[in-house]
Amino acid sequence: MKAPTPPPQSLRARRAENKDAAAAWSFLAPTLLLLLLFTVLPALYAVYASLHKLDIVSGQSSWAGLKNLQYLWEDDKFWAACRNTTRYVLVVVPLQTSLALLLACMLNSRIRFRRGFVTLFFLPTLTSSAAMTMIFMWLFNNDGLVSQALQTHFGITIRFLSDPHWALPIIMLMNVFSTTPNYMVVFLAGLQEVPRSLYEAMALDGAGPIERHWRISVPQLMPLIFYVLTMGLIGCFQVFDQAFILSGGDGGPEDSTLTFTLLIYHFAFKTYNTMGLACALAVVLTLIILLASRLLKTVVKSEGLNR
Amino acid sequence: MSRLLTYLLHGFLLGYALLTLTPFVWAVLSSMKSVQEIAVGGRILPLALDFGAYRQILQGDFGRWFFNSLSVALTVTISSVFSNTLAAYALARLRFRGGAALFQTLLIIIMVPSQVTMIPAYLVVARLGLADTHLALILTSLVSISAIFMMRQFFINFRAEVEEAAKLDGCSALTTFVRIVLPMALPALATQAIFIFMGVWNEFMKPLLYISSVDNYLLTQGLNAAAKQYEKSAAWNLIMAGSVVSVLPILLVYLGLNRFFLKLNDQTGGGK
Repeated sequence: MKAPTPPPQSLRARRAENKDAAAAWSFLAPTLLLLLLFTVLPALYAVYASLHKLDIVSGQSSWAGLKNLQYLWEDDKFWAACRNTTRYVLVVVPLQTSLALLLACMLNSRIRFRRGFVTLFFLPTLTSSAAMTMIFMWLFNNDGLVSQALQTHFGITIRFLSDPHWALPIIMLMNVFSTTPNYMVVFLAGLQEVPRSLYEAMALDGAGPIERHWRISVPQLMPLIFYVLTMGLIGCFQVFDQAFILSGGDGGPEDSTLTFTLLIYHFAFKTYNTMGLACALAVVLTLIILLASRLLKTVVKSEGLNR
Repeated sequence: MSRLLTYLLHGFLLGYALLTLTPFVWAVLSSMKSVQEIAVGGRILPLALDFGAYRQILQGDFGRWFFNSLSVALTVTISSVFSNTLAAYALARLRFRGGAALFQTLLIIIMVPSQVTMIPAYLVVARLGLADTHLALILTSLVSISAIFMMRQFFINFRAEVEEAAKLDGCSALTTFVRIVLPMALPALATQAIFIFMGVWNEFMKPLLYISSVDNYLLTQGLNAAAKQYEKSAAWNLIMAGSVVSVLPILLVYLGLNRFFLKLNDQTGGGK
């Protein structure tokens, strides 16, 4: 392809441009080199590996075509991971988004100690997932604060961490607890951009605070809500740390905390000859995330237009 | 706003504040108990102010892991802020063929989830002979496309006159960048630095994959490994002391740069 002929330039201007280009490429070189080595090549390799049977130790690979996918389709663990992760997304994403929105709107109204509240609320987001999981385990294990309190005050005994019905909900709770403040700050920043006059005009028309919330804050924040939902969706589909730590790496009890990423980790590092499966699952996960965020986009967009 | 509603609002916020604080207070209180107190249970407050658990963990591998995390996080933060900003500046202010296309490509790459690349990237790391080294963590954490994106948006609205003046004075692009552009971008650099430091300090999966010898563990990974040991003897005071220690540096950074951070947060958004 031929580049369009540049407009006539003075020699000096052209020399300046060449100098700019040289500087630009040298500025970009380290970033591009690292991206190529550790992101682009690995991504291409993942696609290649997902279609092969790989033995990392001997370096042998043989064409497997869609056999990896077929194996996944027939594997109970895959379906367990699918179920758990989907449930996880469906519970955590709406919960953290609405709680974050609620808190942000409350903090945006005329209240005392706003700065203090925001600073304090942010604490769980700062804490690493590892430390947060430790603290939650010490709240919910058999001798933990919550379990003990339930037992002494209500006579209820729940083994939160070893009961397959409870382990995943505890991780969900932990996730909502630690990501909500992050999104709250995003919403808060967005709310401060909404012009005060909009609220004042509606108040003059006799609308109460709740009506104003639904008719001004929510529509004005729609782009941010979409952003938070998307980020939450991507993050939740990739949940790993909490499930890994809480279950000691095996996704137990009874596969109830087995997530997609935990299964990828297993195929890649815990079982032999299954690197191809790990990559196939990673590619599948990517497609699921892309599909889900597309779906979200359609739903949110149509909602927005109907309003 | 009616008075009742104001009370309800403050009540709810105070309640949520209490809910947020409880796990952390519980962690700090537990860290001051003795193993016997933990085993007996039934008490909220420790019998005495005892920092023995902290002394005990810091004498073990914990001190080393803490130092490992600190050195990796600081190295990544400083070099990553520099290289991201350099790249963003080139994309925003320098005219060169392919610049726009390159930027679009970056926006596509950002969508590839880390799980897809992390395992093959491990193979690259191993091939380069970097398995089980901190350099592997540093090199694979250095580029942040979202930071590049944020800085590019920042530079696009930059005033051009000073830059032009420097150029006319015969400054090279790099000199202009270091002497003129960087100082003017300080608040944005601080925000970027907090997010990058927090990301590396709290990262769990990457060290788990790349680091195998105990001496090279980062703090998050070490905390998990140590907790597995301590859990057998139900030494939750030690686990809580470790967790508290791991939160402190990031808390200090946050409180120190709080003012900066909340003002600029809207440019970077969330995503942990």
